Amino acid sequence: MSQIKYTEDHEWIEIHGDGTATIGITDFAQEQLGDLVYVEVPEEGSDITKGEAVSVIESVKAASDLIAPVSGTIIESNQSLEDEPEKVNEDPMGDGWFIKVQIADESELEDLMDEAAYQACIE
Amino acid sequence: MTESANLLKTPSYDLHVEAGARMVPFAGYDMPVQYPMGIKKEHLHTREKAGLFDVSHMGQVKLKGEKAAQALEALVPVDIIDLPLLKQRYALFTNDKGGVLDDLMVTCVDDGLFLVVNAACKEQDIAHLKANLDSSVTVEVLDDKALLALQGPEAKNVMAKLAPESQFMTFMTAKSLEIGGINCFVTRSGYTGEDGFEISVAKDQAVDLARMLLAEDAVEWIGLGARDSLRLEAGLCLYGHELTTDITPIEASLNWAISKARRPDGVRAGGYPGADVIGGQMLSGAPRKRVAILPQGKMPVRDGAEIITEDETLVGIVTSGGFGPSLNVPITMALLDTDVAQGQQPLFAMVRGKAIPVEITSLPFVKQNYYRGA
Repeated sequence: MSQIKYTEDHEWIEIHGDGTATIGITDFAQEQLGDLVYVEVPEEGSDITKGEAVSVIESVKAASDLIAPVSGTIIESNQSLEDEPEKVNEDPMGDGWFIKVQIADESELEDLMDEAAYQACIE
Repeated sequence: MTESANLLKTPSYDLHVEAGARMVPFAGYDMPVQYPMGIKKEHLHTREKAGLFDVSHMGQVKLKGEKAAQALEALVPVDIIDLPLLKQRYALFTNDKGGVLDDLMVTCVDDGLFLVVNAACKEQDIAHLKANLDSSVTVEVLDDKALLALQGPEAKNVMAKLAPESQFMTFMTAKSLEIGGINCFVTRSGYTGEDGFEISVAKDQAVDLARMLLAEDAVEWIGLGARDSLRLEAGLCLYGHELTTDITPIEASLNWAISKARRPDGVRAGGYPGADVIGGQMLSGAPRKRVAILPQGKMPVRDGAEIITEDETLVGIVTSGGFGPSLNVPITMALLDTDVAQGQQPLFAMVRGKAIPVEITSLPFVKQNYYRGA
């Protein structure tokens, strides 16, 4: 059974229960960033470290980072974001996902927020 | 979320909030950076229909006195003495090194000169005017006025309906008009590259005027975010970016803004701060030039990015970088060493340690659509 958790960097991570997870940015994050014009699609197979930048997200106004919510290895990247970064604005929790990862250490998931805690954090 | 306690508000503040704007601190004011439409759509709306911009944070100043034109001429490389009544000119306050203190619009009106200066520079500009103009010239800060800009191809139709006389105005001319019964001072100008109008109106009537313009189907509020992408596509300089105290108008490729009469071979040559430097550069060239640069690919190249050659020699810096929604590609303006500004060799912009190939192109990125007469 999968569950969704959130980070203070306004990202979501859907934990699939088989050691993998899908990662994206929240609706709040896409709204704050404004219209996205470029997403640096991370390379499949590369390792990510919790708290470190995985890739760059650029809106009309400014650049920001996708921060790894967990350590692991990227098993799939959303290649369609290269040509259609606006998908992140349109459907941040769905078609606008960024990466799928093989989680290295599930204990890193413990301090992430559940939806109620995240909603409280952005209000 | 933002610390707004010490920020000034324009008369239309409540209208922006009502329209769902995201407000940000800008030059001491709480200003709308974007509305729910978003920067890209706001930008395209202005290019296709008409955008309404609250630019009341900008400084409006009246210079009065017989010697006003003569006195202002001593501060700018522009012909002010022969500026005809109700005509407008773009001008620059220069410093002794030939750098730029601010850029401004000057309009000749029946009781003097009407100036519009940048918000972030206005206190300094007013001090500069008071310190340097002949003592017989009075500097009146028009604190009781708001300023709205209506820009885009539909602007003329909206204005023709509410103020029919506006249709006889051409680019860079001015007129006192009643817009739907509200007294306004209007210039046919703007900073988006589109045809349009800037409207100076009494602060206490600004909300009524804005509501009247917004009631037109073609008109939507447009925020500072799109204002910036519009002016960048139009190849227009922004103070603090293409214009600073260390960049001359010639380096900023604003040769056209130096009036004929004030050029080294003109009838009133020189006679403004930095004239030796600026005049010298007009005759023998400047070390750097502002150019338009298109980065390859879709990754935006931002302000401050370094421009290098194939052998990694630093040859310039990006002064404004972003995304051009009309072209749907990243666009930038940069200051480049003059010898590479011809575009004879491959150039790269450094972004996060990566060298992005760039190409020099011509300014503006999009065609300017000013109305210069039928």
